[in-house]
Amino acid sequence: MKPYLSIRNLCVTLKHGAPILRSVTLDVSAGQVHGLVGESGAGKSMIGKAVLGTLPRALHIRSGEIWLDGVDLLTLPLQERRKRIGATAALIPQDPLTALNPSRRIGPQITKRLVDILGWHKNAAEDRALDLLAEVHIPDPSRVMRSYPHELSGGMRQRILIASAFAAEPKLIIADEPTTALDVTVQKQILRLIADMQARHGTALLFVTHDLGVVSKVCDTLSVLYAGKVVEDARMQRFFMRPVHPYSAALLAATPTYTNPTGSLKPVPATVIEDVETEVQQHDMRAGL
Amino acid sequence: MMYQVKDLRLSFPDMAHKPLFGAAPRIEVLKGIGFDLPKGAVLGIVGGSGSGKSTLGRAMLRLLEPDSGQILFDGHDITHRSEDDLRGMRRRFQMIFQDPMSSLNPRRRVGGIIAGPLRLHGFDDTAAKAAEALDMVGLPRRFAERFPHELSGGQRQRVGIARAIALRPDFILADEIVSGLDVSSQAQVLNLLEELVKELGLTLGFISHDLSVIRRLCDRILVLHHGEIVEDSQTAALFDAPKADYTRELLDAIPLPDPHQPWF
Repeated sequence: MKPYLSIRNLCVTLKHGAPILRSVTLDVSAGQVHGLVGESGAGKSMIGKAVLGTLPRALHIRSGEIWLDGVDLLTLPLQERRKRIGATAALIPQDPLTALNPSRRIGPQITKRLVDILGWHKNAAEDRALDLLAEVHIPDPSRVMRSYPHELSGGMRQRILIASAFAAEPKLIIADEPTTALDVTVQKQILRLIADMQARHGTALLFVTHDLGVVSKVCDTLSVLYAGKVVEDARMQRFFMRPVHPYSAALLAATPTYTNPTGSLKPVPATVIEDVETEVQQHDMRAGL
Repeated sequence: MMYQVKDLRLSFPDMAHKPLFGAAPRIEVLKGIGFDLPKGAVLGIVGGSGSGKSTLGRAMLRLLEPDSGQILFDGHDITHRSEDDLRGMRRRFQMIFQDPMSSLNPRRRVGGIIAGPLRLHGFDDTAAKAAEALDMVGLPRRFAERFPHELSGGQRQRVGIARAIALRPDFILADEIVSGLDVSSQAQVLNLLEELVKELGLTLGFISHDLSVIRRLCDRILVLHHGEIVEDSQTAALFDAPKADYTRELLDAIPLPDPHQPWF
């Protein structure tokens, strides 16, 4: 099957040339969940931002292609690119409190995009929002529509953002650490909800996280990033049985698990870091960075 | 006994429901907490957000004053002691904070950050003692000249640990100290903390929402839920046969990095 999102050799740099993403290539098909893992600063969020066209001003796309539904976004004029992204992709952000406007009620925040950008009628958009809130298991949706963000718990707010992301039936959703700010028990509910919604709507999902435990539960495939470079691309089952790249293996060994009582945690060894750094430098030489 | 805590209750005013006139109603955060902590033990305190785990920690260090109940630290009743009376004792119980970026003064160098509390408690030769503390947490001495923003997350957290152990305390409370770190530096900080506890004969209180991390470090675990202790067990017992339903729920919610674990 042709991937819905296909990123080819994407290079993103700071304005003065320091590389942030190094020839990133990855595919996500409809109905598939692709995980992006890596430590902080590895550039995993930047991939999502590059796709959505929300890269910080200081960064720019140096080369590469981002194919969304058969069109290379980077060849489109800005207006058209935005329109396309707005109509086909959506984001589930990390922090459910800062992502919602504290001074507006929930209802308009969900319907705004449908009405303003997609030209829905206000009543239709409200009906849709009510349906979606029910779909994400929010009790009493009409009351929640009239609530302000501060009146709701973190889990409820994240449910609202999920509902909002699915509102316009996007073909691609980018979830950027959607459960990092939540408790483990709430995290489980939210992950189940995202997985259910994704399966029901057949959406392609790009799932950004630092937690290998979470990846093993929701993803079909994954890319491991180090310093903006994909060091391993794998199917999920294979990755957890036999990680190929030494850095991935070290990352896996450093992850604490409660089922392993005595085994001491192994920090990522310095030699592994040196090797992967060399790999990154070699890439930069080849790419002329 | 390092700590004896009896029927500890603590409440905060609920400002969201304060009437225009008159006092705000109070929210009970700790509802009768009791436990003993022997010297040299490593105690894990777990619970979801809002369970009162940080409040309990802060009460144990008397950063908060309880409403009722009793806290004995090494046999001394510190429940309602005034700040003046506590001052001599504060050196003996120290804290490491969750977010090393906001708990280290950005305008001071690492050496000064570690030496500050030493000076406050009347030590001499504070620079030398700060340098020793850096040795103990495995940072090069030249880091004394650096500012916090020049360090990585894991290195900053080591500075937080150095600041606490420089005073040679008897008890250290670590409040979610690895939750903000990447797994690779998480492992380093946990291994370091474990070594230091053994080496210095510390008693440690380790607050975390992550049971995997707790299992790794602690010999005994308190599980808090809505301000009450729902389980107080030895580590192995808790993981083999959790007594409380809530503990079971917490355990089941942890996603293990293993695709074969039935989870949803």
